Amino acid sequence: MVPLSYYLVLSGFLFACGVTGFLIKRNIITIFMSIELMLNGVNLSFVAFAAHWHALAGQIFVFFVMVVAAAEAAVGLAIIIAVYRTRETLNIDQVNLLKL
Amino acid sequence: MITTSLVQAIPQGVDYIRILPELILSAFGIVIMLLDPLVDEERSQKTLGLIALAGTIAGLLSTWHMAQSPGLAFSNMVRVDSFSVFFHFLVIAIAAVVILSSFEYMAVQKIRAGEYYALILFGAVGMALMTSAVELVLIFIALEISSISTYILTGFRRNEASSSESSLKYFLLGSFATAFFLYGVAMMFGATGSTNIDIISRSLQAGPVQVLVYVAMALMFVGLGFKVAAAPFHIWTPDVYEGAPAPITGFMSTAPKAAAFAVLLRVVFAINAPGRFWLIWVAAALSMTLGNVGALVQTNIKRLLAYSSIAHAGYLLVAFAMTSPENSATGISAAMFYTAAYAAMNVGAFAVVSHFANAGERYVTLEDYEGLGRTSPLLAATLTIFLLSLIGIPMTGGFFAKFYVFSAALKANLIGLTLIGVINSAIGAYYYLRIIVMMYMRESRKEVPVARIPFGLGIALATSMVATLYLGLLPNRILQNAQQSAQDLLRQRVPNPTNAAQTQPSEAVQPY
Repeated sequence: MVPLSYYLVLSGFLFACGVTGFLIKRNIITIFMSIELMLNGVNLSFVAFAAHWHALAGQIFVFFVMVVAAAEAAVGLAIIIAVYRTRETLNIDQVNLLKL
Repeated sequence: MITTSLVQAIPQGVDYIRILPELILSAFGIVIMLLDPLVDEERSQKTLGLIALAGTIAGLLSTWHMAQSPGLAFSNMVRVDSFSVFFHFLVIAIAAVVILSSFEYMAVQKIRAGEYYALILFGAVGMALMTSAVELVLIFIALEISSISTYILTGFRRNEASSSESSLKYFLLGSFATAFFLYGVAMMFGATGSTNIDIISRSLQAGPVQVLVYVAMALMFVGLGFKVAAAPFHIWTPDVYEGAPAPITGFMSTAPKAAAFAVLLRVVFAINAPGRFWLIWVAAALSMTLGNVGALVQTNIKRLLAYSSIAHAGYLLVAFAMTSPENSATGISAAMFYTAAYAAMNVGAFAVVSHFANAGERYVTLEDYEGLGRTSPLLAATLTIFLLSLIGIPMTGGFFAKFYVFSAALKANLIGLTLIGVINSAIGAYYYLRIIVMMYMRESRKEVPVARIPFGLGIALATSMVATLYLGLLPNRILQNAQQSAQDLLRQRVPNPTNAAQTQPSEAVQPY
């Protein structure tokens, strides 16, 4: 059996990839995909812990997270389309009307 | 054993009463969504708004009904106690006032959409659920319900580039922060084998605290810190508040914040989160300082109030730095009082801003407020009261809010943090007073049309003003309520054998 730590390292790696992508990527869609990657990293650790504790609940949570991520994706893509309509760009550096 | 767990799992009638406000608000939201395409667009706006308002009033009444049957519901996922009832009232009342102040705004900005009101209701559902959930995954879902609604509401001035931009920023950073919160939940699940706050609390008391728990707490604090706009997770706040429709800014800066603070109170005090002291100390000091210093240089009133809301999140966090049980009780009640007072004054201030902004939100710079005292004395006087309350002048809610927080901090021997807080209050007074000076002592340099205050907005302003003054003159009742809730929240922490048997969820240790 694969030990728990392997899964946790992989999930931490996925999460870190997501964080890095979020911070360094400039395309809005890619940034959005990085967030999905972070959520998938979390999902993996939920499943791993569920197996570790023999608690079925951990696997159910993954479904909840997936559903919420899908709802978020629907809203997020709609917002991205709205931004594209007004700005005609998907580069986050050019979406700079409000000073950050 | 199997039969009892099955019986527990099937929701009883009383379970539904314990989420009645959420059910009613959702039902009204769905009715609005259904009616929206059926009715005439021009005339429907007000009708749909009134249905939403009726929904919030029904929500408030059902909260009262819910308060009559405290206890756990839905396999220990929801807990109705005086704590959740307090925040239910607060969140739904904020939604009602925001809906009232939106009638005129929507007409002036020529935004026509019923889902605006539906989304406010759905957002309120999420926030209300956040305050009564005692299961971290349910808190996550409620957080997302409230966040997704507010993401859309932020971008509601669809044709304005600034609005969709602020919506995008809020969405990206918000989901980023939620992912951190969720990772924290996963870690907590890994460390304790459960996501139920009661069970987590008990298992943390039982044995030595693992490293994983500290990591989980830190990650969850990142997520919640973002939602309450505490430094160093505050950078999104000014941009998002500036671009969002003004009534929604009023909504965002109070209701989701109150709900997130409720979650933070539950997580910090019901779990008795280990190793939280310096985390909160630094976040509170940073938020107060960065918020107030940032506000000094702002020229746009929405941005200024955004920085002020960061600073207020800092004052509120001071109340979270208590560690001993006696101090925790005063800290919790001070924090609860502060959220209520802050909500009253800030919703009121944003109602004035949204009335004054006019079509396309043209008049939102501080210059536009020059001479308002002469052209529109009533509006200026109202705004002055809210600003004085934000400073923390006696006779207003803001005074007692700050007073309770700082006296709780002094009692807990947090001299340094209190000192930083008091210095910051003095800095804060400068930029609030600057607006008042501009309104009364300067001549207006440009023509700023101010419409008559319509009926709906008048009620919204009156409600928030009465609430602000009530909290400033007769704070006892709300404070007692808050203290009662604090006791309720802390009592859950003490392991109680009879309660423990009840709160043990059947699925936690079930093999599969």
